[in-house]
Amino acid sequence: MTTTTRWRALTRHNLFWPVAVLVALLLVNIPFTPDFFAIHMTDGHLYGSLVSIVLFGSPLILVAVGMTLVIATGGIDLSVGAVVAITGALTCSYISDQKDQDALAGVLLAMGLGLLAAVVCGLWNGFLVARMGIQPIIATLIIMVAGRGVAQLITDGQIITINSEPYKLIGGGYWLTLPFSIFVVAAVVAVTVALTRRTALGLLVESVGGNAEASRLVGIRSMRIKIMVYVFCALCAGIAGLMISSNTSAADGNNAGLWIELDAILAVVIGGTSLLGGRFSIGGTVVGALVIQTLTTTIYTIGVPTQTNLVFKAAVVIVVCLLQSPKFRAKVFGARAKTTAPATPAAAPAEPAPKMEVS
Amino acid sequence: MSTTTQSPTTPDKVEGGTPSKAARLLSDRRLPVLVTAALFLAMYIAGLSRYQNYGFGDSQVFLNLFIDNGYLLVAAVGATFVILSGGIDLSVGSVIGFTTMLTAWLVQDVGLPLLVVIPISLGVGAFGGFLMGYVIHNFEIQPFIVTLAGLFLFRGLCLVISKESIAINDSAVSSLAETRVSLGLGDLSIGALVALVVLAAAFYILHYTRFGRRIYAIGGNEQSALLMGLPLGGTKIAVYTMSGFCSALAGLLFMLYIQSGDPLHAVGMELDAIAAVVIGGTLLTGGSGYVLGTLFGVLVLGLIKSIIQFEGTLSSWWTKIATGVLLCAFILIQRVMTTRKKA
Repeated sequence: MTTTTRWRALTRHNLFWPVAVLVALLLVNIPFTPDFFAIHMTDGHLYGSLVSIVLFGSPLILVAVGMTLVIATGGIDLSVGAVVAITGALTCSYISDQKDQDALAGVLLAMGLGLLAAVVCGLWNGFLVARMGIQPIIATLIIMVAGRGVAQLITDGQIITINSEPYKLIGGGYWLTLPFSIFVVAAVVAVTVALTRRTALGLLVESVGGNAEASRLVGIRSMRIKIMVYVFCALCAGIAGLMISSNTSAADGNNAGLWIELDAILAVVIGGTSLLGGRFSIGGTVVGALVIQTLTTTIYTIGVPTQTNLVFKAAVVIVVCLLQSPKFRAKVFGARAKTTAPATPAAAPAEPAPKMEVS
Repeated sequence: MSTTTQSPTTPDKVEGGTPSKAARLLSDRRLPVLVTAALFLAMYIAGLSRYQNYGFGDSQVFLNLFIDNGYLLVAAVGATFVILSGGIDLSVGSVIGFTTMLTAWLVQDVGLPLLVVIPISLGVGAFGGFLMGYVIHNFEIQPFIVTLAGLFLFRGLCLVISKESIAINDSAVSSLAETRVSLGLGDLSIGALVALVVLAAAFYILHYTRFGRRIYAIGGNEQSALLMGLPLGGTKIAVYTMSGFCSALAGLLFMLYIQSGDPLHAVGMELDAIAAVVIGGTLLTGGSGYVLGTLFGVLVLGLIKSIIQFEGTLSSWWTKIATGVLLCAFILIQRVMTTRKKA
């Protein structure tokens, strides 16, 4: 009895399913590559599949963390991919105009410019959503469509390549034997978690997502919270844009961050944050982003033809969403629960309480 | 039609005298469509005065708008249905790409005649839409996520068929693609004609059938529609099936237009379709809008493209920027309208 209740409490935990999927995906690799979990040291850098999953997944984690807060307020931000492209384009074009591309001051200024552009995009989104009261999905569609045009305008339709050592660090460099981007991601995640879970900010974000009008009447400045959240999301996308362009040392207005908004939303959903808003889990999002990156890596390592990558992704999305749908669980697992229910009548009074929570 | 536009204004008259003409115009549901039509006319006249010497006034230039954007029109009509019902379909572009790939593969590599291939492609598209609608309704997952999975699935299936593009040199396809129907002023292609037929059918379905009224009712307020006893599930699933069918048909037209299948055809086309629907004045919250508006939305997007072609010095990315600016303008117009209605 105690083991079943403990098991039940575990499966009810909001991180259970995402982590289970992640572990299952990681374990799938073992029969194909026995040394999948091995991490070895070469030239003072750590190498291994796990390290590369985190390294290549870091822009996605960043974007998804920003997206989590936006979704928690009941919104959505489709423009992150375009923001990634704009930031990368602006930064790289500024650096490429410099005489000395290795000058630290110039690189920092370029990064500042790129992030400033990202913040402006976020302010615009926030203004449209909070001030004008436009549906988030449409408000952010504007920058999603126009932003890529702007990015191509900045790069003149070319792919700008740069050769700057300091800039290379943020996306492809190493620090303390680990990829530098891991530290950036860890810092952003730590700051976000601290701000949302150690201060009242997280509660405010959730209450705005639960009911914007009610929270305004309670005295929460929901408009300000919403604008802040969109700016934060754009800033995260901007940092991701710096990482992506620095990793390849090039800015591609057309393809940088293509579909990253969809992957990010997917990561948030896999992490257990409801698209309806009002509740969020940063930890779940990070796990969700890692699930997506692991899936991609797994497809490469187990030798599935790469062209079926997207079909696999679709299958995972469908399975994860179905598992999270209360109605689907009731239909499939409910039948079995019903047959066992008469045997344990003691469990019956406990049933209504969690149901209330679900609805 | 007149009853729906009249009814909101009648209580106004009873309570606070006759509303001013401007207020009545602003609360008219047809305003966005009229604005889009006016914008189209203004852009056309501007183009006419600027590129008069380059043959912009030629009636064939106008008809080419239909020839070059027929597939987009069909896809946008499908998107109009979904958006009117309060949902969204992100899989449009992928289904189009998949259809071009499937038809090209069946015609070219398997060697089936085109007459067999067309029903198969349409069936596959409609079945994909049906599946998405079924999952959306029965498992209560957001349309956004389900159709996102559809986007990945169909784009992935493209790549499963072949990683490289397949050129079609079937005689039936090329003869069909080159057929032109003379209208006196100029020619229309088969694709453009099919698009116009689809538009007419959609207009009839939305405004003169029970199914059409149900779509508006569900988009307006799903809960009340359910309480009224409307078949929610059936209608929703039918809407997504229709969108899948329209996307597949758009894919066939695109295949005729471009005469090849490519796994990267029509990437991001769903954005163009949604943009055309919004510019055409349909509210993205559902329940309000006209399929004729979508026609003007598509024409405006097409006109932007041809003006940029005529200008010659502007690069292609200006299309995206112009589309974004237009989207923004129309969203703000919609916003002003809906706040007026509440007040």
